[in-house]
Amino acid sequence: MATKETTHRSDTDPSHEDDGAVVFDELVRGGDVRSEPLWRIRLRLFRRSFAKNWGLYRESKMGIVGLVIIAFFGVMAVAHPILLSTVWDPVVYDPVSGYDAVVNEFTIVEDGAVVDELSEIELTQARFDLNPMVSVGDVVRIPVQPAPPSFEGENVHVLGTDPQGRDIFSQLLYGARAAFLLGFVAAFTTVFIATTVGSVAAYYGGRIDGFLMRTADLILLMPLLPLLIVMSAVVQINMVMLGIMIGVLLGFGGDAIVLKSQALSIKVKAYIDAARVAGGGDRHIIFRHIVPNVVPLSLLYMMFGVTTAIALEATLSFLGLLNIQMSWGIMINKASTEGYLLSGTSYWWLLFPAGLAVSFLAFGFFVVGRGMDEVINPRLRAR
Amino acid sequence: MTLSLEDLQARRVDRNQPLLEVDDLVMHYRIKAGEVSAVDNLSFTIHQGEAVGLVGESGCGKTSAALSLLRLLPANAEYLSGQVRLNGEDLLQLSEEAMRKRRWKEIAMVFQGAMNSWNPVYRVGDQIREVLDTHFRGQMDIEEQTAHIERLFAAVGLPREMVDRFPHEFSGGMRQRAVIAMALACSPGLIIADEPTTALDVIVQDQILRELKRIQTEMGMSILYISHDIAVIAEVTDSLGVMYAGKLVEYGPTAEVFARPRHPYAYLLLRSTPSITGPRRQLAPLAGEPPDLLNPPSGCRFHPRCPFATEQCSVEEPPLAEISGGHRVACWNYEDVPELEAELVR
Amino acid sequence: MTVEAPVQTKPIVEVVGLKKLFPISRGLFRAPNEFVHAVDGIDFEIAPGESLGLVGESGCGKSTTGRMLVKLLDPSDGKIQLNDGDYERDIANVPRSGIKEFRSRVQMIFQDPYESMNPRRTVFDTISEPLAVQKVGTIPEREERVLELLGLVGLTPPQNFLFRYPHELSGGQRQRVAIARALVMNPRFVVADEPTSMLDVSIRISIMELMTELGDRLGVSYLYITHDLAVARYMCDRIAVMYLGKIVEIGPTEQILANPQHPYTRALLSAVPIPDPKVKRTPVEIKGGISKAINPPPECRFIQRCPFAAQVCWENPHPEMFQVGEQHHAACYRIGEI
Repeated sequence: MATKETTHRSDTDPSHEDDGAVVFDELVRGGDVRSEPLWRIRLRLFRRSFAKNWGLYRESKMGIVGLVIIAFFGVMAVAHPILLSTVWDPVVYDPVSGYDAVVNEFTIVEDGAVVDELSEIELTQARFDLNPMVSVGDVVRIPVQPAPPSFEGENVHVLGTDPQGRDIFSQLLYGARAAFLLGFVAAFTTVFIATTVGSVAAYYGGRIDGFLMRTADLILLMPLLPLLIVMSAVVQINMVMLGIMIGVLLGFGGDAIVLKSQALSIKVKAYIDAARVAGGGDRHIIFRHIVPNVVPLSLLYMMFGVTTAIALEATLSFLGLLNIQMSWGIMINKASTEGYLLSGTSYWWLLFPAGLAVSFLAFGFFVVGRGMDEVINPRLRAR
Repeated sequence: MTLSLEDLQARRVDRNQPLLEVDDLVMHYRIKAGEVSAVDNLSFTIHQGEAVGLVGESGCGKTSAALSLLRLLPANAEYLSGQVRLNGEDLLQLSEEAMRKRRWKEIAMVFQGAMNSWNPVYRVGDQIREVLDTHFRGQMDIEEQTAHIERLFAAVGLPREMVDRFPHEFSGGMRQRAVIAMALACSPGLIIADEPTTALDVIVQDQILRELKRIQTEMGMSILYISHDIAVIAEVTDSLGVMYAGKLVEYGPTAEVFARPRHPYAYLLLRSTPSITGPRRQLAPLAGEPPDLLNPPSGCRFHPRCPFATEQCSVEEPPLAEISGGHRVACWNYEDVPELEAELVR
Repeated sequence: MTVEAPVQTKPIVEVVGLKKLFPISRGLFRAPNEFVHAVDGIDFEIAPGESLGLVGESGCGKSTTGRMLVKLLDPSDGKIQLNDGDYERDIANVPRSGIKEFRSRVQMIFQDPYESMNPRRTVFDTISEPLAVQKVGTIPEREERVLELLGLVGLTPPQNFLFRYPHELSGGQRQRVAIARALVMNPRFVVADEPTSMLDVSIRISIMELMTELGDRLGVSYLYITHDLAVARYMCDRIAVMYLGKIVEIGPTEQILANPQHPYTRALLSAVPIPDPKVKRTPVEIKGGISKAINPPPECRFIQRCPFAAQVCWENPHPEMFQVGEQHHAACYRIGEI
């Protein structure tokens, strides 16, 4: 019996949000409802609310940083095919099959007297690798793989080459493409499944809910990484497959539980009763009322899902379990299998670019998620 | 030391002596978009043993005003001017430490929705004990505290056994009584009751209000009732103030204000309140919405909705001026406001 | 759009023996043996164009009754006869195929203006939802109808409200939208569940007047659920007072207010505060507080709290409704004695 207007909006609330109150004429050209198709009006309404949400989102510094990071990697991903088809010679720069030998001059020295690894070579090794006839003092030319970054020579390798002579920078850009592909497949699958599962479970309750939630519990129990490792032994996992698998696991698992609780909180609202009294059936209520109010939260979890996906892929590739040709994880994997993992900083270009890329892009998506959180959850906003 | 309610009851009450004087209080909230003028030039006096009401609709500033008196406002609230004198001492000038000593001991508050804010994992008696520990640290031992809490429960009509029960074992009405008991714990001279019965059923509401009246008279306390329910205010208060958009627009003895409200808003408010007795008089709706306190209207804040407004009203703000013994109105055209019983001309 | 109210002598709604029992489960495998008797066998009628108030405190079963009348809840027992022109059916037992038709004839106005509209849908979406769901009219036709209704409920100019979102409206405006939505399918019967209790006092009157005026104009009957007797007096031709799932008194509003017969009605009326300090009321003291009717004993529901409980009350089951005046009934054995 509390007058909600008295207790709900305290004296600190300056009325309701009046800004942006729709002026009909702006929405409907000519002021005549009948002359304008409804979908166009809805489009304008959508643009208006999007602009408003964007304004809110902009206030979060974290969110902007995240977007900048994602944009940066997005540019990288887009740039790769462009560069390959214009400036770069695929024979040299293809991230998988390219090859470039950076040939350095080495001076042969006595065994054990090597001072600079990149310009001197031991006698025994030189005789073994090249020509038994060489002797101390001779200058030989040997291809260096992996080669450090260099800006001279015929082919510029901004970040050097990998142990197989492939350009690191090209690999990095290609990896961005792979990461985005994976990220979105995983995210979209997660959102689609989790929203549906959560809404259906919440709406129907009873046995359907029980079944879906027990499934979610089961999935939550299973550690993701070992599961994927096992699956990789059974199925050939490429990027898209990996995305779908992650999406399914996250979608039926933890995310479903969270979204179901959101759906539950919507199901008990008066407007659901109102929709039922209006004659709405199950489908109408689930898809026109519950799902649209759950989707903002699912988009939020989608961002976190991308983060998980990117990080997981790097791990799995590092362990050599995936059936993909090139990604950031593969780059690190290459460095590891060729024995350069513990080389400290001498072969830094093999590890740091890829590692940093994974970290930064995952961070970027996460932080965008946090920024979205403030838009979606009004209580987090600063007044 | 023993706190005895008998001490309270022996309190001598001088109805002419002011207990709390609010003098031209101005307060606003600072938000991102600007400043919200929540309380503007609020002036009224509560005398010893008096029951005063503040009535108004949502957003009028009555709760903000109450919180201002206890300096319990949120961080973004700023006092701009005015005084709040308790027994002559300006509370707004005190340090936070000094204010803390006065809170609950001199003025206590029953907050809006307090009956629902009992901590569910602690017994009700223990939660009141916490209050005693805070204010009388070291001065009361456990038995004295228990005895005092039992007396408080008796004062509000709750059985002794309930002291050791958990909040979920109390009904709504009982929880509200317990909240009042907690407010009485330090024997304050003034209790501010913010919507004390709003969430309760009508029969329980009646019981609680009568209980409060009894406590007030027996213990010589003053009570400030804050409510949007005019009927409740009519029954329990000696004087009342009507608030609108942060301003006190009418103030006076309850009987007088109800017999002949002078401010257009007060008049329309009374005119739009249905009652189960009396003639089924024609009820008058009030058009429009309360103003946005971020940008309040010029002149009188009610003028955009006022059927008696003249040009002066949009330019000059009327002062709260006395029109007869104790009855003050803030309106340029109060004489145009008809009697309540007059037929409404649409 | 003025609709000729169908001249009908039969009551538009006849409720007989309506019950709703909620089981209290006692464990995973045991069948529940305890039930909350939320609504325990009530009877009433509503004439065409009439407004019946269902009054009581929290837990009395009035909201549950309202929800059963719009089939948000299924009754445990009893009959709800809807007589709307050529449609005469016991809606307590309507098959799934018949529900959509039913929904075009009975509608509901909800209590909370903030929660009864989907925040992501525009005013147009909300009001036209019944039309959309029942596939009535083309989109331009629906737009016309919504504009018409917006004008009817006082949201003018209607075009300016058509595509607003709920957060752009005040509480009073939202309730007007709720009324528009309830009336869009031209129902003959509307259940209003405390439609003004969450609005500011000065706004309530305009909403109540709107409902009354539209009711007269369009020939709509109301079941008006409220805890506020003053509001019930203003809005309703007749009142039914409920206590713990039973109707204890029913009759014309002014009669009940002037001459309440049931002890509970008297206690209730005597507790309502009067906005006039000159009037002194004497509250009827009743002990105890409201409890839930869990597996209630057969005697009168009010017996534990009634100041007039006597031998006859203890020895007999819950009383039937006895006539005390013209169309005025009360369920008490001691009418006339107290």
